Amino acid sequence: MKDSKSPHNWIAKHIAALPKSGIRDFFELVSSMDGVISLGIGEPDFVTPWHIREATIYALNTGYTSYTSNLGDLRLRKEVSKYAAANFGITYNPEDECIITVGVSEGLDLLLRAVLNPGDEVLYHEPCYVSYAPGIRMTHAVPIPVQTYEKYDFVLQVEHLEEKVTPRSKVLLLNYPNNPTGAGLTLEDKRKLAEFAIKHDLLVISDEIYEELNYIPRSHSIASLPGMHERCVVLNGFSKAYAMTGYRIAYALGNAAIIDAMMKIHQYSMLCASSIAQAAAIEALKHGASQREEMRQEYEQRRNLIVKRFNQMGLNCFMPRGAFYVFPRISASGMSSHEFATRLLHEKKVAVVPGTAFGSCGEGFVRCSYATSMQDIEIALQRIGEFIGHC
Amino acid sequence: MQKLQKDILNLLRRNARISNQEIADRLDSKVEKIDATIKKMEEQGLILGYTAIVAEEAEQDVVRAIIEVQIQPERDSGFDNLARKLAKFPEVVAAHLVSGRYDLRLEVLGKSLQEIASFVSDKLASQDGVKSTATYFLLKKYKEAGLELAKEETHERLKVTP
Ligand SMILES: Cc1ncc(COP(=O)(O)O)c(C=O)c1O
Repeated sequence: MKDSKSPHNWIAKHIAALPKSGIRDFFELVSSMDGVISLGIGEPDFVTPWHIREATIYALNTGYTSYTSNLGDLRLRKEVSKYAAANFGITYNPEDECIITVGVSEGLDLLLRAVLNPGDEVLYHEPCYVSYAPGIRMTHAVPIPVQTYEKYDFVLQVEHLEEKVTPRSKVLLLNYPNNPTGAGLTLEDKRKLAEFAIKHDLLVISDEIYEELNYIPRSHSIASLPGMHERCVVLNGFSKAYAMTGYRIAYALGNAAIIDAMMKIHQYSMLCASSIAQAAAIEALKHGASQREEMRQEYEQRRNLIVKRFNQMGLNCFMPRGAFYVFPRISASGMSSHEFATRLLHEKKVAVVPGTAFGSCGEGFVRCSYATSMQDIEIALQRIGEFIGHC
Repeated sequence: MQKLQKDILNLLRRNARISNQEIADRLDSKVEKIDATIKKMEEQGLILGYTAIVAEEAEQDVVRAIIEVQIQPERDSGFDNLARKLAKFPEVVAAHLVSGRYDLRLEVLGKSLQEIASFVSDKLASQDGVKSTATYFLLKKYKEAGLELAKEETHERLKVTP
């Protein structure tokens, strides 16, 4: 029964039941303090390269400010399709196998809504990006996390998937290079996962937002493997590779039936992505390669430094293969992830994110982002070293 | 050139005061190896020196000019003899042979307009082989060695994001 006195009762049950993001509490705590050096930021510290910003200004100056086609400006879709063929080894038709979305965030939401019926199960790895489980729950489907382990380089293992797969399993959701662990897949890893997906007739959603920030020899997308083209949707975007988080622009590549279903939702809920962000994205794909590579190299060097320092401190740190996060094990400190992060913040004014924000198996780890100036990284590492020494 | 040498040079060009330890950590190498590689590049003349990028406020009483010089190439040495000779003048801080309408591009530095003007008339234009000069005084600096002088206003990112 409705109790009109309590606004809470207006909230849909499945939304009320969603837990608040573990990052949210931490964000509020950090924001209330001054002088904090944050290794908790999941976006590039670089400003968007100037040529991309300039193209945005040009789009404004020339009045490119109207709606675009629902799927997105065809020029952009053509560039995306060309880029994916050259870099990911996958060919998708720009006319009907590509949709431009408002971030990978929207792409993932559209896709989950397009393919999931209530009760369907989605297999995905933990630790993982914070919105996977809530995104699945919002479609009334069931999130089935599968733990990944440091000893397997945080790569999802088929034997662990086999333990969780059921006749209701419909989707396998992957994110490599991974937030928060920095894990990446070798070609062999991709083959095994593809085989598993085919065996159980699963749709694979591959969130490849960090694909351009790769520090191991790159192999083609899992979607390029035999039998995968039809059962794989690749999500990628401009946020990380081109330092364009605020633009909110991304794309999905997949077979026409699925893209069309995503487009149905997109046309009613979003209509289209921002036209000026689309203009900027065209510029990024056409002329952004060299600055993208410069940023990648800078991240790679910071990674080398930060991993070495953590290991020297006695905090065992997995060598990330991609993205801009390290995921050191802090259990040697005798503290839980949450206690470690909270005390480090209060005692040394350094913000890191407790591993548990990315799934309960993140206990014993913290996530540190190295998308921060080297100067700040050095100070933060110094303080973390002092903190470890005292406890 | 080896990859390590190239990587070191890239880092030094961005910040010549970076510590050898940081270079080693960034490049996943050993500090002893970085010490030795840099020393060797200095000895081989691959690294010629280190300099500071200085703001205009720190350079008062200094006038800079670009001088375009057309010269007569010589039979055996082409432009080299005269170019090297002109580069010896302490007023000349940079000298390049260039393609296009003229031959040498000199950057000169003096204490005043007059000093540069007299350098041009007394030392440069009067040289055998110098056919013509055009002098452009530099009025304001916007960028040097890849660094913009007016820093962009920095925008604070959110302190914690997923
Ligand atoms: C794994 C992963 N997927 C998706 C996103 C969201 O990206 P976008 O800015 O394109 O919405 C992020 C952002 O942090 C991420 O880490």
